Amino acid sequence: MIKSRFGKLNDYLIAALCLLLIFISLLPIINVLARSLSSSDALIRNEVLLWPKGWNLDAYKTVLQDSKYTWSLGWTAILTVICTLLSMTITILCAYPLIYDQLKGRKIINGIIVLTMYFSAGTIPNYLLLKSLNMLDRPIVLIVPNMMSIFNMIILRSFFFGIPDSLRESAEIDGAGPVRILIRIYLPLSASVLATLSLFYAVGRWNGFSDALMYMSKNRQYYPIQLLLYQILQNATQIEVATQEGFFPPGISETLKMATVMFATVPIILIYPWLQRYFISGVTIGAIKG
Amino acid sequence: MISVQHPRQLRRNATANYLKRYWTLYLLLALPFAFIIIFRYLPMAYILSAFKVNNILRPPWDLPWAKNHGFEWFIKAFQNRDFLFALRNTVTLNLLDLLLGFPAPILLALLLNELTFKRFKRITQTVVYLPHFLSWIIISGLALRLLAYNDGLVNIVLQRIGLSPVPFLNSPGHWVGSYVFLGIWKEAGWNTIIYLAAITAINPELYEAAAVDGANRLRRIWHVTLPGLRPTIIVLLIMSLGRILGSEFDRPFALSNRLVTSVSNVISIFVYEYGIKGMQFSLSNAVGLFQSVIGLFFLVGANSLAKRYGERGIW
Repeated sequence: MIKSRFGKLNDYLIAALCLLLIFISLLPIINVLARSLSSSDALIRNEVLLWPKGWNLDAYKTVLQDSKYTWSLGWTAILTVICTLLSMTITILCAYPLIYDQLKGRKIINGIIVLTMYFSAGTIPNYLLLKSLNMLDRPIVLIVPNMMSIFNMIILRSFFFGIPDSLRESAEIDGAGPVRILIRIYLPLSASVLATLSLFYAVGRWNGFSDALMYMSKNRQYYPIQLLLYQILQNATQIEVATQEGFFPPGISETLKMATVMFATVPIILIYPWLQRYFISGVTIGAIKG
Repeated sequence: MISVQHPRQLRRNATANYLKRYWTLYLLLALPFAFIIIFRYLPMAYILSAFKVNNILRPPWDLPWAKNHGFEWFIKAFQNRDFLFALRNTVTLNLLDLLLGFPAPILLALLLNELTFKRFKRITQTVVYLPHFLSWIIISGLALRLLAYNDGLVNIVLQRIGLSPVPFLNSPGHWVGSYVFLGIWKEAGWNTIIYLAAITAINPELYEAAAVDGANRLRRIWHVTLPGLRPTIIVLLIMSLGRILGSEFDRPFALSNRLVTSVSNVISIFVYEYGIKGMQFSLSNAVGLFQSVIGLFFLVGANSLAKRYGERGIW
C-alpha cells in the first residue's frame, strides 16, 4: 500500500520534470514572441519577460510592408517547394530500382552511391566544381548540388524493402512493368514515409543558408530567408557587443528583428506536429539500416 | 514442328527478354546515378588542388606540383596559428558535446518512458522535438535575446534576484558552455526518438519478471531498460566518435561573434574564411582533406572496436 502510494508520487514527480522540460524548450520562443509584440519603450526598460507589454503589431506590419523581407520569404517558400519536389523525385528514382534482385550490378551501384555518405570531397572541391560548371551565383546552385540525401534514400529503400515481394510478383504476372508497379503499388503504400522525407527535405531547405553563403555571395537578390536573417541578427550582435563595450543601444528596430525571427519560425511550427507520427517511424528506420 | 535453337541463340533471347523487362530500372536509375557521379565523385578530382600550387583560375590538373613533393600546404597548415586553434577548438567542442550532449537524450528517453500519462507524454514529445526543426540562425536569434548581457531574460532574472549578469555569449569560457547547452537544447529531444523506439522493442516479460523479483523503478531502469538500450547506445557512440574531428558549419558560424573567435573558430569556418573568402584554395583544401581522412580513420577504428566487443557496428 505504502509502496504504491510512493509509486504514485514518483509519477507526479516525473510529470513535473517533464513540465519543466516543456518550459525550457519553449522559453526562448515565448520570450522572442513576447518581445516582438511589445513596444520599444517596454523593451528598453527591460520589462518584457514572457508576456508582451505595450501590446502592438507594428513590427509585423513593418516586416510585411518591407519588400525585401516579403520577397525573401516568398522566394524561400517557392525554393522550398521546388527543392522538395525535385528531391523526392530523385530519391524515389534512386531507391526503387535498388530493391530489385533482377537489377544486375546492384551491389556495385549501391556501393558507389552509399560510399559518398562516408567520404565526401569537401567544401573546397565542391566549390571548385560548381565554379567550373559555371553555377556560382545562380539560383540553381541552391537547388541542384544537394538535391539528394543518401541518408533519406536509404530510409526510403528500407521502407520499400518492407513491402512484400509477392505484391510485386503478382503485378508482374499481370504484365505490369516496373514503372507501373512503382506508381500503382509502391508509392501509395509508402505515403507515410514519403511525407516524412518531404518534411526532412523541406525543413532542410527552409533552414539552409551555408550553400547560399558560399555559392551565392554576389547575388543578394536570391538570398534565402535564413541568410537575410543572419545579416539582420549579425547587426544585432554587433550592437550587443558594442553595448558591452560601453556604447548605447538603439532599441528601435529590436522588435523588428524579433518579428523577422518569428516569420522564419512559424511555418515550421505549424507543420511539423501534424507529421509527428510519420517522422518517428522514418527516423527509426533510418537508425536501424543507417 | 519444334525448332531447335542454338544455345547461344537461347542466351541471347534470355538477355533480350531480361532487357525488355527491366531496362526501365536502369532508365530510372540514370538520373540519380548521374547526380552522384557529377556532384559527389567529380569534386574528388579537385582534391588534387591540395597538392598543387595555388591558382584560382586554372583547374588543378593543369598546375605544377606544390613544393616539398606536393605537401607544401599540409606543412603550411601546421605552421598556421589559425589552423592550430581551429583544430584545438574543433576537438574541444566535439569532446564536450560527446561528454555532455551524448548522455542527454538517453536520460531524457528514460524519463519520457517512465511518464505514465499517455496524452501528456505525447504533448511533451511534440514540444521537445520542436527545437530540432529550427535553424541555427533562428536559434542564434533566440539565444541572443535570451542570453544577452544587458537585457536578456536570463540576465534580467539574475539581476532581479541580486546576482551579477553573466556574459553568456560574449566571453570565451561562457560561450563554450552556451554552445554545448544550445546543442543539447536543440537535439536532445529529437535524439530520444531512436532510444524510445529501442525501448519499445524490449521484451515486456523482462519488466514483469523484475517486478516479481521486487525491483523498484530505478532498479528496473538499471537492470532492464539500460541493458536493452546497450546496442543502440554503442552504435550511436561510434557515430559520434567517428565525427570527433568533423565540424558542423552552421552552428559555430551562427553562434559566434568577434569577442569569442578564439574558441569558436573551428575547421569548417577556417576552410570557409581562408578558402572561399580568401581564395587560398590549396591551403584550405589541404586542411579539409586532412580532416576527412583522419575522420574516416576514426570512424573505421571506432567501428572495428565496437565489433570486437561483440556489437553490431554500423556496417
